[in-house]
Amino acid sequence: MLQRQASLWVALALVLVAADARATAPVDPLGSPMWAAHARTLFGDDPVRFDPRVKVDFPMIAENQRAFPVAIDARAIPGVVRIVILVDLNPIPIAIDYRPLHAAPYVATRIKLDQRTPVRGAVQLASGEWLVSGGWIDAAGGGCSAPPVSRVKGDWAEHLGEIRGEAWPLPGGLARVRLNFRHPMDTGLVDNIATYHLEALRVKDSGGRTLGEMDIWAAVAEDPAITLMVEDGAGAQLTAEARDTNGRDYRAALPMARQSPMPGGR
Amino acid sequence: MILSRRSLLGGVAALASAPARAADYAIAPEAIGQGVWLVRGADEPIEAGNGGAIANIAIITTPAGTVLWDCGPSVRYARALRQAAEQLTGKPVVRVYVSHLHPDHGLGLAAFDPAIVAALPGTIDALRAQGQGYADGMYRLLGDWMRGTDLLLPGRAIMASEEDFGGRTLRLLALSGHSAADLALLDPQTGLLMGGDLVFHDRAPSTPTADLSTWRASLDRLKAMPHGGVVPGHGPFDPGGTAAIDQTRDWIDWLEATLTQAVRDGLDMVEAGERPIPDRFVKMAAARYELQRSVSHLYPGLEAALLPRVDVP
Repeated sequence: MLQRQASLWVALALVLVAADARATAPVDPLGSPMWAAHARTLFGDDPVRFDPRVKVDFPMIAENQRAFPVAIDARAIPGVVRIVILVDLNPIPIAIDYRPLHAAPYVATRIKLDQRTPVRGAVQLASGEWLVSGGWIDAAGGGCSAPPVSRVKGDWAEHLGEIRGEAWPLPGGLARVRLNFRHPMDTGLVDNIATYHLEALRVKDSGGRTLGEMDIWAAVAEDPAITLMVEDGAGAQLTAEARDTNGRDYRAALPMARQSPMPGGR
Repeated sequence: MILSRRSLLGGVAALASAPARAADYAIAPEAIGQGVWLVRGADEPIEAGNGGAIANIAIITTPAGTVLWDCGPSVRYARALRQAAEQLTGKPVVRVYVSHLHPDHGLGLAAFDPAIVAALPGTIDALRAQGQGYADGMYRLLGDWMRGTDLLLPGRAIMASEEDFGGRTLRLLALSGHSAADLALLDPQTGLLMGGDLVFHDRAPSTPTADLSTWRASLDRLKAMPHGGVVPGHGPFDPGGTAAIDQTRDWIDWLEATLTQAVRDGLDMVEAGERPIPDRFVKMAAARYELQRSVSHLYPGLEAALLPRVDVP
């Protein structure tokens, strides 16, 4: 009887160990103190590995910690269904969670940095597996906890809803889309300014088909600038729809520019 | 030798807790004209390895005393500079000109009596508004090098176009473009022109407070004015007097054209910062670094000017 009970405990312990092993992400090459916690939240039980084919590009210096440019390019990887921009040591660690439904796995934007931190791209394949890459960037503090420039100037409301942008045809039936919104993107971490940010963006073709959609957090810089590469139905009009946390809707119709002489950027 | 465990632990703790004391600045003036010396800054970004001593400084001896053109990033730098300058000239420092608001040129003014420190009114206003932010940034980057450096304001606003020092008259030019107020100085006795950060040489220009079109106009004025050699704000002395001015103009023209084209072609900021740098700038130190900084400074403005409004009701 005693023996049977003991073996039951051993079996139970083995199950627990196995479950724990499944949830453990690989050792972080960047040595981030937040990696294990973020990996558990973001990836759950999905398999994760580090893969340099996820190109995470950013400048060598964080000249402006309120607007640090980042581009995630996973075009070398087939079957990407989701791209997440993760900033380990930001109080708001996720900037963008993008589903490129009929689009190349590429997204560029500008983010806030609250201190020196890893900046990563995590892409998910249809199989559920996550591929991750990134690097450290040094930054002065306060990117998330300083008031936006337009709040200090006081003119944010006058420009709310303004969208600038364009679309450029690319080889291979794609179009490069740039969208620059005016929005304070309040983090909620500044005294007496409640959280207020764009939270969803969708790009559609002229038939109403969603080409790419994303969730957006206030870790994205004030006046969000977003660059995507979507499938282009033979130069048809593209539209964009966005919504902020107050339920305000934003709509844009994107004119198609002439062919870019720098297709794909680089 | 046997170390007790306690003394070993004590030693380790001392190592860990003692703040790293920065090395001392090496001030090495080189003569570039009759009674004028240049103290070269490192042609690098501001970083702990150089203590922020990246700006060129000039020392001018006059019958009335020693004049300093800029005074470096920290009190410790400025004290070493004053000692070296007074040793060289045998006369006390009677005037310090601060060329513009950037901290690598003027934060060291705290080592002097503000009454002898002169700057353009626009520079004093800008330091009052933004100086503390710059000082905070310098402390973050440089740590102990900055110890004891408080933000002080120059005590004399420059209103005249020349100042006489016992017979050696120095001409003062109020310009702008690199910042909202950029001082340049001409020493008629030697023909030497101190360009401040309006002029860079074999070191890429920086643009955090730049207005490129007024910068171009200021470069035109400097070029048209009769002068000999040019002391750039950063980079080697230009004895011919035109190469550094031309190169600075070439860079800002290229920079503006390149970023404008990048916006027109749909590039994001990351991609704009990775545009190729032409071969003619290959000798320029910190070129990629300054291009990426300039993208941060200039790109949002170019996007707002060049991308069409696309919002619909």
